[in-house]
Amino acid sequence: MCLAVPLKIIKIEKKFAVARVGSLKRQINIEMLDNLKVGDYCLVHAGFAIQKVDIKAAKEMQDILSQIPNARKPKK
Amino acid sequence: MLESLKNKHIIFGLKKIIADTCFSLGRIKIMHVCGTHEQAISRYGLRALLPENLEVISGPGCPVCCTPAFDIDNLVTLSLEKNVLITCFGDMLKVMGSRISLSQAKARGAKVKIVYSILDAIEFAREHSDIQVVHSAIGFETTAPTTAAALLNNCPTNFSILCSHRLIPPAMDALLCQKDNRIDGFLAPGHVSVIIGGKAYAPLTNKYNRPIVVSGFEPADIFYSIYLIAKQIKENQPKVEIEYRRAVEWQPQKKAVSMLKKTFDIENSFWRGLGEIANSGFVLKNKFKDFDALHKFNLKKQVQDSVSFKNCLCAEVLKGKIYPNQCPSFAKTCKPQHPLGPCMVSYEGSCAIFYTYRGNKD
Repeated sequence: MCLAVPLKIIKIEKKFAVARVGSLKRQINIEMLDNLKVGDYCLVHAGFAIQKVDIKAAKEMQDILSQIPNARKPKK
Repeated sequence: MLESLKNKHIIFGLKKIIADTCFSLGRIKIMHVCGTHEQAISRYGLRALLPENLEVISGPGCPVCCTPAFDIDNLVTLSLEKNVLITCFGDMLKVMGSRISLSQAKARGAKVKIVYSILDAIEFAREHSDIQVVHSAIGFETTAPTTAAALLNNCPTNFSILCSHRLIPPAMDALLCQKDNRIDGFLAPGHVSVIIGGKAYAPLTNKYNRPIVVSGFEPADIFYSIYLIAKQIKENQPKVEIEYRRAVEWQPQKKAVSMLKKTFDIENSFWRGLGEIANSGFVLKNKFKDFDALHKFNLKKQVQDSVSFKNCLCAEVLKGKIYPNQCPSFAKTCKPQHPLGPCMVSYEGSCAIFYTYRGNKD
């Protein structure tokens, strides 16, 4: 129910935008977000963009995880 | 970019630091309140990788499961007796009211249409101005702003909602204040927190001294959040932390919260399995009464606890007292094809998820 999927904005028209994930394109309502630009990623829930994905924070998380010592290689 | 969040080496690295952190601790019980968290935990078999003294249990994280039978009864009454077309999200269809479900009402001739968004329901109402359309507005703080945004724009006069939106922090409070709760920390729901911000949980950590970590939905998100909770317990420094920083900020999402405040008041609300919880329900402000199906069709508001179903332990599952497979009916008389209770109906219900991934070691 609270599922939200990251979609890439490809076109903006006032309160609405066309966003894409893979080959799926969908019109979404973007009035909850300011300053959304074409190329931004946003989380979409029930037809509404609810948050812009913070790419810098995502990269920081990736850095944190890359420093986790690998205990062992998983069995194949 | 998110590939590392599913990387096996990283997951096994996290497994080791969780085990090291928990080594000297007693039993730890972490609760999550999000169906999507349960999906990830069960799908990736994450419970099998946790140390023996740490358990992660599901709480009231599925809005459909928490919707009381009373609300379903109102939708059934509208559809069968008032000639109203009901729009709802797909997983509402099979949830039982006290008598029948919307799916059974449909079999008796009721008009019920599944929608992806409230916007689809409004568009349908615009295209069919000769019929009354009532949208079943369920969901937590993630979904409530979409209802608010829709109502703040011009809706057609043949459209209204049956409001069943609820708030998560009051439910967490209700669980923590039960003396036998044994909850040592919470994985807070990522997308609810997008709207309310990490700050919304600070009163709970202050009141109950429990760690709360807002988590994303990939396996490494969940494992890293579990590690942060275990670390807080070990260091005896309970606080709110945000692991899901690519989407969640400390402050609430301003525009969404402003829309919520313009549209809803907050009142006590009934939750299936949990009973009445103070200040846990969104109700439409008086100025939206023309779009409130309760007012428009003179329906009753809930004044007592919802019904329970025979041989169904959904209430105990929703309170995090038992795992779904500890219910005697699980996978025997209760299956997704023939669910006894709501947790086996919704794809976000713990019982349905446990059933789907029951082949995975848990």
